[in-house]
Amino acid sequence: MSRRFTPKVVTANRLREGDVVYLTADDRWSPLHHEAELIEDEAHAQMRLLHANAQKLLVVGAYLADAKPGAKGPEPTHFREEFRTRGPSNYNHGKQADLAS
Amino acid sequence: MYSYSDFDEAFVRSRVAQFTNQVERRLDGSLTEDEFRPLRLMNGLYLQLHAYMLRVAIPYGTISPRQMRQLAYIADTWDKGYGHFTTRQNIQFNWPKLPDVPAILSALADVEMHAIQTSGNCVRNVTADHFAGAAADEIADPRPYAELLRQWSTDHPEFQFLPRKFKIAITGSPNDRAVTKAHDIGLRMVRNAAGEPGFEVIVGGGLGRTPMIGMTVRDFLPEADLLPYVEAVLSVYNVLGRRDNKYKARIKITLHETGKEEITRMVEEEFARLRPLFGGNDQKLLADIRAAFAPPAFRNAPVDAYDAFYKADPVFRAWADTNLTQHRNDQYAIVTVSIKAHGATPGDATSEQMRLLADLAEKYGHSDLRISHEQNVILPHVHKSDLPALHAALVKAGLGTANVGLLSDIIACPGMDYCALATARSIPVAQELATHFEALKLEHEIGPLKIKISGCINACGHHHVGHIGILGLDRAGVENYQITLGGDGTEDAVIGEKTGPGFAYTEIVPAIERILRAYLELRTEPSETFLQAYKRVGMEPFKAALYNTEDAQDAA
Repeated sequence: MSRRFTPKVVTANRLREGDVVYLTADDRWSPLHHEAELIEDEAHAQMRLLHANAQKLLVVGAYLADAKPGAKGPEPTHFREEFRTRGPSNYNHGKQADLAS
Repeated sequence: MYSYSDFDEAFVRSRVAQFTNQVERRLDGSLTEDEFRPLRLMNGLYLQLHAYMLRVAIPYGTISPRQMRQLAYIADTWDKGYGHFTTRQNIQFNWPKLPDVPAILSALADVEMHAIQTSGNCVRNVTADHFAGAAADEIADPRPYAELLRQWSTDHPEFQFLPRKFKIAITGSPNDRAVTKAHDIGLRMVRNAAGEPGFEVIVGGGLGRTPMIGMTVRDFLPEADLLPYVEAVLSVYNVLGRRDNKYKARIKITLHETGKEEITRMVEEEFARLRPLFGGNDQKLLADIRAAFAPPAFRNAPVDAYDAFYKADPVFRAWADTNLTQHRNDQYAIVTVSIKAHGATPGDATSEQMRLLADLAEKYGHSDLRISHEQNVILPHVHKSDLPALHAALVKAGLGTANVGLLSDIIACPGMDYCALATARSIPVAQELATHFEALKLEHEIGPLKIKISGCINACGHHHVGHIGILGLDRAGVENYQITLGGDGTEDAVIGEKTGPGFAYTEIVPAIERILRAYLELRTEPSETFLQAYKRVGMEPFKAALYNTEDAQDAA
């Protein structure tokens, strides 16, 4: 019996910079979680992950992360993924600083 | 301190050149990530949550002012102006970019430093008592042996692909400040009946998912037998250690599966085979190394100024009471500089602070600096007459916190703010504990206390040996913190005991407060420490304080 598929986004780290990125529907890697393609179908998720893994000169360690629809676009559901959208909590470093400037 | 020989220099430079080429080949696509990953790990480069992380070894915690300035330069040039001192005497840079890493490694090589074997299934950075060569209770300086072990283990062809990582710690003092009993091999200097120095050899300690206190396999190992014996232990482990299951691959499991008697027999047999092959060159090398660790030329000068200042200035006195340790020379003190200002990230030093510490070490500390596994910086040799001036300079730079050995001197791993393996955050828990008890002005009243926090079961934050240990877990998608009590990382090492159900992120600081208020209530007198009180009364009163309250209803 198959369980209902939880929506996913494809996420990875950039090869050169190491920062967190998300695969968009138009095949870009965006630093913004809400720009990611929200994938609702399991077979399509596997296709998108294969596509991501093929981009060996751009990203490292692509995987499917649980997400849910939100006002601006997909939102993370787990706290780990939430931290990945902004950076560490002890300094204003990472995305929370990079994207603010 | 030890200076690189031509051989060391050539080796480190050739590794930088190799890795430079490997990075180029990764960036142009000649190497896949699967091919590159083991190569980058061999050179201390991880890919973490938000960025790459480079782990640089500070062998046996000893570092010169020149090296410290270079770390500051690296932090400013290729990172975000700070570095993180770890619980295994390494420094981690949290934000390097892959194309810059070869330049960083080259800058490290310029000051005789490297990131080799700070990751991977090999012999890791050999750690030592951070008071080595200065402590009043020391039999001998353990660092020459640590350096000998470093040279022997670096690129050792037989031990580059062990079943799992392998950690060695060494102390020259009966009072163990190097957590030797929680290492794969712990070496404690002891004297035999004839008064000769040697080692008690402890094998199979380790924290992580299966915490274990090491077992003594040799009560007395003559110092000349050190390398062949350690090699015998590694050889036996390399053959017996499990490669089928990563969680059962450490030597502590091998030891338990094989049995102490059988493994000791095998080690002794291998040792008997290896011993004659060591023709004495290791001892010649050790003698040369030892010369590099000769004590500094101690000054002979009055200490009246220190005594007068100690009486007159309460701020200085508070700092002297917590941050100074007895030196083997009566006119001197060992200074622990707290890298744990209340609310700051444990173990993080800015480039500015690194430069100041380098300057102060040159001015007042015979140019010697140490990094402790407790994530502080040590000036091991300071003449007492210089302490008031040193303290003033530290205070000015925000480095004068008088909290060493107290509640806010917390060990915390990077946790889920940085680490890809973490299951919860640890840094903000440490920050909030420190600021909360600072606001209550309770930590001096509570007295000696070691709180240690890990953000996952791998226990980089040594939570099992904290008097109070905190382990951050992911419970059904929410951060949850499990508490252990009564752990001890010294020569009387004990693994802490779980109190019961864990606490939510917002509940963990109040929970710790309940434990400590219970302690203040039940201690016989202020001199009875938390650990002593715990040993006397056991878990129950603390459990009652933790769980029999309305506040504890959120406990899950």
